[in-house]
Amino acid sequence: MENALVSVPHNWYLLLSSLLFCIGVMGVLFRRNVIVILMCIELMLNSVNLLLVSFSAYAQNADGQVFVFFVMVVAAAEVAVGLALIVSIYRNVASTDIDSMKKLKW
Amino acid sequence: MNDQITNSSLLTILSILIPVFPLVGFLINGLLGKRVPEPIAGWIGSIAVLASFVCAAAIFFTLPATESLSFNLFNWIAYANLNISFGFLIDPLTITMLLVITGIGFLIHLYSISYMHGDEGFTRFFTYLNLFIFFMLLLVMGNNYLVMFIGWEGVGLCSYLLIGFWFKEHENNNAAKKAFIMNRVGDLGFLLGMFALLMLFGTLDYASVAQAVQGYPINDGLIVGITLLLFIGAMGKSAQIPLYTWLPDAMAGPTPVSALIHAATMVTAGIYMIVRSNVLFAMAPATLDVILIVGVATCVMAAIIGLMQNDIKKVLAYSTVSQLGLMFVALGLGAFSSGMFHVVTHAFFKALLFLGSGSVIHALHGEQDIRKMGGLGKYIKITFITFMIGSLAISGIPPFAGFFSKDEILAKTFEHSPAIWIIVSLSSALTAFYMFRLVYITFSGNYRGTEETRSKIHESPALITIPLIILAILSIIGGFMGLPAITGLTHKFSTYLSSVTGASAGILPDAHHLSHATEYVLIGVAVLAAIVSILIARYMYVTKGQLPANSDAELNGLQKLVSNKFYVDEVYNAVFVKPVVKLSTLIYEYVDKLVVDNVVNGVAKVTDLSGRTLRLMQTGSTTFYLLAMVCGIVVLFVIRLLI
Amino acid sequence: MAQYIFYALSIVTILSALYVVFAKSPMYSVIAMIVCFFSIAGHYVLLNAQFLAIVHVIVYAGAIMVLFLFVVMLLNLNQEPDKSHGKLLRVAAAISGGMLFLVLLLSLNTSETGTFILPEKSDIGLVEHVGKKLFNEYVLPFEISSVLLLSAIIGSVVLAKKES
Repeated sequence: MENALVSVPHNWYLLLSSLLFCIGVMGVLFRRNVIVILMCIELMLNSVNLLLVSFSAYAQNADGQVFVFFVMVVAAAEVAVGLALIVSIYRNVASTDIDSMKKLKW
Repeated sequence: MNDQITNSSLLTILSILIPVFPLVGFLINGLLGKRVPEPIAGWIGSIAVLASFVCAAAIFFTLPATESLSFNLFNWIAYANLNISFGFLIDPLTITMLLVITGIGFLIHLYSISYMHGDEGFTRFFTYLNLFIFFMLLLVMGNNYLVMFIGWEGVGLCSYLLIGFWFKEHENNNAAKKAFIMNRVGDLGFLLGMFALLMLFGTLDYASVAQAVQGYPINDGLIVGITLLLFIGAMGKSAQIPLYTWLPDAMAGPTPVSALIHAATMVTAGIYMIVRSNVLFAMAPATLDVILIVGVATCVMAAIIGLMQNDIKKVLAYSTVSQLGLMFVALGLGAFSSGMFHVVTHAFFKALLFLGSGSVIHALHGEQDIRKMGGLGKYIKITFITFMIGSLAISGIPPFAGFFSKDEILAKTFEHSPAIWIIVSLSSALTAFYMFRLVYITFSGNYRGTEETRSKIHESPALITIPLIILAILSIIGGFMGLPAITGLTHKFSTYLSSVTGASAGILPDAHHLSHATEYVLIGVAVLAAIVSILIARYMYVTKGQLPANSDAELNGLQKLVSNKFYVDEVYNAVFVKPVVKLSTLIYEYVDKLVVDNVVNGVAKVTDLSGRTLRLMQTGSTTFYLLAMVCGIVVLFVIRLLI
Repeated sequence: MAQYIFYALSIVTILSALYVVFAKSPMYSVIAMIVCFFSIAGHYVLLNAQFLAIVHVIVYAGAIMVLFLFVVMLLNLNQEPDKSHGKLLRVAAAISGGMLFLVLLLSLNTSETGTFILPEKSDIGLVEHVGKKLFNEYVLPFEISSVLLLSAIIGSVVLAKKES
C-alpha cells in the first residue's frame, strides 16, 4: 500500500487529537446524563489512541500500537463496570442524572 | 600445619558459641515468658551458662597462654576511612574473665533457682540474667573498643532492669534510675575517649591502638586526655569516687543479682577495660597517678562508711566499693596482673559473701537489718561456716584467697611509697573489722527478732548451699594461683597473663624489688593488723555485746557523719539534682507551657479552621469537581508554559 | 490523494464528536459515536495500522457501543427530555474546555518539532508485526490484561445483579 503519511504532516494529527480531546472534556462538563458522560470519556480515550497510533506510525515503532491495544482492553473493562454501576444506580434513584448523585458531600 | 588450622577453627567455633548459649537462653525464656514452667526456666538459664563455661574451659585448656586468637565476624561500620569490624579476641585475659563470668555466673544461676522460687517474675529474672551474661561475654570478648562498648551498655541496661526487678516498690525504681544515670555519666567519658581514639589513630582495634600509641612520647597530652576519659568510664562502671553512690543503692535488686552483677562481674568491667588497654595507660603515667589517688581515696572512704552500716547487703556493697578501690590502686601502680588477680579472688569471696547474706535473708524471710538478727550461727550452720570463710578471705587471713591477692597489691604499694602502703593497710584492717562486726552481730549472741520469726528460721535448701560450698572451697584455694615471690614458686596467674600485660611492662619504669625480709615483715604486719581488727570486733560485739545504735540521736558527731555516708548523696542532691530539677521546672513553665504548647495548639487550630472552611467546597456535584479538575490542568499547563 | 482522505475523515470525526456532545437524546449520541469510531478506524487505516483498525471496529463499534445502546434502551431513557446544566455552569464548561484547547495548542506550538524519516512502505501495523511484539516483549501485560477482563466481567455481573 502506498504510504499516505508522506503527504500528511504529523502536526495535523496532533491538532485533530487535541480537538477531539477537548470536545470530550467539554461534553463531560456539559451533559448531565451519566451515560453520555461515559461516552465522552470514551471520546477522550480515543483521541489519545489516535495520537499514540500516529506517533507509532511516524516513528516507525510498533510499541505505541501495542499500548493502544492495552488501552482498548482497559476501556472495555471500564465501560462494562461503568455501565453496570449506572444500571445499579438507576435502580436506586430511577435516574441517570449526575445531579441526582449528590449525596457524597459535607 | 594442617593440624593447627583445624585446631584454630575449632577454637573459633567454640568461642562464637560462648555468647550464643546465653543469648539462646535469653530468647527462649524471654519469648515464651510465663509459658515456661518455673523450674524449667531456671534450668534453661543455668544450663546455657554452664554450656558457655564448658566452652570457655575447653578453650582454656587448648589455647596456649602465649597465644591469642583474634578474628572478625563481619564488617560492622565501613565509612570513608572508618572501618570497624565486629570481632572477638581470645587471649589469657579474656579467658580469665570468661571463666569467672560463666563459672560464678553458673553457680549464681543455680542458687537463683531456689532463691527466686515462687517469685512472680521468675522467668523474667532468668531472662535478664542470661541477657546480662551475654552482654558481659561480649564486653570481654570483643577485639575492639566498640564491641566492648556494646557489652558495656548492655550490662548497664541489665543492671538497671535487675536493680528495678521488683518494680512495684518505688524505691527500687529510683535506685535503678540512679545506677543507670550515674553509669551514663561514666559512659559519656568512655564514648568521648573512643572518639578521641578514632580521631587520633583512626582505629578502635586493641592491637592497633596499642601499636600506634607507642609512637607517642610518654605522658603526651592527648594520650593522658584519652586515658582520663576512659578512666571516667571505668569510674562509673566500677563505682569509684565520685561516681560510686549508685552501687550501695543497687542492693535494692535481688541478692543473686548483687552477687553476680554488683560484686563479681559487671563492676570489674572498668578494671578489665584498663587492663585491656594497659599499653595505652602505661604511656600515660599521669593518668596512672590519678587512678592511684582515686583508688586509695575510694578504698579508704568506702571502708570507713562500711563501719557504720546496718543493712547486711549495704555493708557488703561498701566493702565491694572498697575492694574495687584496692584493685584500682594496683592498676594505678601499673601492677595490672595483680589487679586482675584480685578481681578473680574477689569474685570468689564476694560472690560467696553475697550469696551467704542472701541465704541469711532467705532464712529470715526478707529481713536485712543486722540489728534484728543475731545468734544465727546455731540455726544455719552451713551458711555460717561459708560466710565465715568468705569473711576470713576478704580480711586477708592466710591461706585464704584474699590474703594472696591483697598481699601482692600491698607489696606493690610499699615498693611505690610507704605512705600509701600505710593508708591502704589501714583500710584493709578496717575491712577486717567491719566484716567481723557483721559476722558477730549476725551470727553470734542471741536472736533479737520476735519469737515467731525465730521458729521459722531454717537452713536453705541444697541448691543454695551447694554453690555456697563450692565458692567457699574456691575462696580457700583460689589464692594458690598466685603465690608470692618469697615462696620461690612461680606465680601461675601473672605468668598466664604475661602475654597481655607484658607489653606494658617494658614501658613502665622498673620498680625496685623488695628484699625477702621486707616482704616477710609486710606480710606479718598486714596479717597482724587483720587479726587485731578481728579481735577488736570480737571484743566489742561478742564480749561486750554492743549493738549498733538505732537512731542518729545516740551517735556523736563523727559517727553521725560516717553513718550518713559523709552526706555524699545529700551533697550530690544539692549540687547536681536540685539545680537540674529547678531548671527543668523553669523550662517547663516558660518554654513548654507558653511556647511549645501554644505552637502545637496553634497548628491544630489552623488545621481545624481551614478544614472547616475548605470542606464547604465539597458540594457533592461531580460536574463541579470535574470543572475544578480541568481548571487545575489548565493552570498547570499555563505555569509550565510561562516557566 | 491521501491528504484529502485525511481531511474528509477529520471533518466526519469532529462533526460526529460534536454531535455526541450536543445531541438531545442519548440515542442519537450513541449513533453519532459509532460514526465517530468508524472515522477513527479510517484514520488508523490511513496510518497503516490495519490490525488496530480492525480491533477498533470490533471492540469499540461492535462491542462497547452495543453495550451503550443496550443500556440506553434498557433504561428507556428516550422518554424524558435531557435537562442540561444551569447557564453559569454551561458557560464555565465552555470557557474551561476552550481554555484547555488553547493551552494545548500553545504548548504544541512551543514544543520542539522533530522530523520523521518515513520509509516508502510501512508494515509495522500489520498483524504479524504487532503480534510478535505482543507475544514477546509484552506477553506478561497481555496475560494480566486477561485477568483484568475477567475481573471486569465478574464485577459487572455482581454490580448489575438485582439484589434479592
